[in-house]
Amino acid sequence: MLHRYPKRVTVLLLAGLALLIAYPAWGPAVFGESSAFFMEKLTLMLIFALFAVSLDLLVGILGLVSLGHALFFGLGAYTLAMASPDFSAASLWWMLPLVMLVSGLVAAIVGLLVLRTKGIFFIMTTLAFGQMLFYTVSTSSMTGGTDGVFIMFRPSLAMGETPLIDLDNPLTFFYFCLALLVAVYLILRALTRSHFGQVLDGIHDNEHRMQALGYATTGYKLIAFVVSAMIAGVAGMLAAMQYGFANPAQLGWHHSGEVLMMVILGGMGTIFGPILGAFAYELLLYFYEHLTNHWPILMGLTIIVAVLVLPKGIAGLLLDPPGRQASLLGRLGGGKDNLAKGRQTSASDSDGKSVGKSAGEVSS
Amino acid sequence: MDLAFFGVQLLNGFQYGLLLFLIASGLTLIFGIMGIINLAHGAMYMIGAYLAFDLTQRLGNFWLAILIAVPIAVLLGLVIERLFLDTLYKRDHLYQVLLTFGLILVLNEAQRIIWGGDVHSVALPEPFTGAIALTDNLQYPVYRLFVAAVCLVLAGAIYWIIRHTRLGIVIRAGAVNREMVEGLGINIRTLFTLIFSVGVALAAFAGMMAAPLSSITPGMGDSILITCFVVVVIGGIGSIKGAFFGALLIGMAETFGPVLIPSLASMLIYLIMALVLLIKPRGLFA
Repeated sequence: MLHRYPKRVTVLLLAGLALLIAYPAWGPAVFGESSAFFMEKLTLMLIFALFAVSLDLLVGILGLVSLGHALFFGLGAYTLAMASPDFSAASLWWMLPLVMLVSGLVAAIVGLLVLRTKGIFFIMTTLAFGQMLFYTVSTSSMTGGTDGVFIMFRPSLAMGETPLIDLDNPLTFFYFCLALLVAVYLILRALTRSHFGQVLDGIHDNEHRMQALGYATTGYKLIAFVVSAMIAGVAGMLAAMQYGFANPAQLGWHHSGEVLMMVILGGMGTIFGPILGAFAYELLLYFYEHLTNHWPILMGLTIIVAVLVLPKGIAGLLLDPPGRQASLLGRLGGGKDNLAKGRQTSASDSDGKSVGKSAGEVSS
Repeated sequence: MDLAFFGVQLLNGFQYGLLLFLIASGLTLIFGIMGIINLAHGAMYMIGAYLAFDLTQRLGNFWLAILIAVPIAVLLGLVIERLFLDTLYKRDHLYQVLLTFGLILVLNEAQRIIWGGDVHSVALPEPFTGAIALTDNLQYPVYRLFVAAVCLVLAGAIYWIIRHTRLGIVIRAGAVNREMVEGLGINIRTLFTLIFSVGVALAAFAGMMAAPLSSITPGMGDSILITCFVVVVIGGIGSIKGAFFGALLIGMAETFGPVLIPSLASMLIYLIMALVLLIKPRGLFA
């Protein structure tokens, strides 16, 4: 699927992948003592990349801006924390399906409600549902209140009695997260290229037209919502494994805002963009945290500047370099037009099934 | 629950609801007329409270502090609108959400730098320090009644301006058809700046009024923002009337919830919102 992007994007992604795979070879040489620490940082970035990619399915592909996606991330984390036995490791064979089932079920219920709304109502209702779980979890004694829940043992992956891979080993866990991210990326790429993805794209551009064409759009949106939530849940579970605890902050709307920023910083609607965005965001955060105690001010200003001058994100720069086509002024101007254009470049399909591409109006 | 206690709760809910209305009205106006989602609205509420605290300490007089703090809030709104929002009007809501999210980070941290992370409080101002006796052992603070009265007057003023003045006609027309209003020779940019500054100042003013009633904490803007979003969604985005009744409903729910149904209290308002959206997806008064 990669070959539909310009060569430089493919090259960059593969180079990034190779660099990550080869980390044990160059990490210690570059970072010396703190090489292990940076690998844990990279693991977290991979997990956030997974989270950002899941949100891109909603925001970028479907055009639904969710400000409550952390709900599913946190749900994954808490499912792991609550379902893990106290004195032994759970098996990932049933933990992973359980996490996906729980986040999928909750997403189906929440989705039925929030997908009735559009535009700003969607933003606000997703926000409200996220907060609903946030307050429930942070006031309930069962979930440890504001302290959260500690996870004593990471789930293990075994065939019968013999362990397949040791997830407690940081390097193994790093590769495990990397493999999951690559797998999810390939699945989502295939999904967006499929007929199903074409319909989602059509809904993004003009839902009424898709309905007139006979598509039950709500069903399509609900499936996308559930799939997105399941991936976010898995990301949350991985994060809880990495941190060793589940915490209400993982559910809060600030976290939803952060992941939305990763998607935009990377470039929405491209699937690969949000991965770059997650890495860029976390690297910036790390850099700012070391620079000053008042890092939120720098992060806030970065977000503001990124929104103003880089609406298509890093992926936009890669797909449509500044010198080549659009002038800076053009990119600063109409967001929606440019977005539609960006989406067109990224989705120039051969099967001719693209529907209503030129219609840019989305009711707000 | 006896009648007197019920009465006190009713008054509390009413007063809290009116305060919510002050914040939510700005939020709903800014969205209804300008099409901007302002996440930084809660941060302005917080800044209002801190301004009241800071200036009261410096000047020794709460009323004088408010007199100075309100213009500061208006000015802050003006600067934010001119600096950041100018380019956002034509963009998708997504970018407004993110930019104002960035603003929250900046404003919250600015608060930390200026006033630190401590919890503060402001003394009840003269001449409203007393309390009215409801029964032998139940009293009601006069300041709360005063806040309710001020909010009611302001609500009436907002309603009157929008319904019965020339400015109100322009505002309503601008909400319906921006281009047409511009075509009639009205400078919509100035109108936007005005709406945003006043809307944001209303939130800050609510924070100032609330300062003597509750503790002033760094995170106070975040929780109130979400509550006000619920109010606006229930009432119907862009509707002042909706914001008013939505705010009263949520004010009552937040006051009576913990007493009547403690187990559901923390999520009660979200349940109400879900229920409203099930019946009327665009809110009660849209």
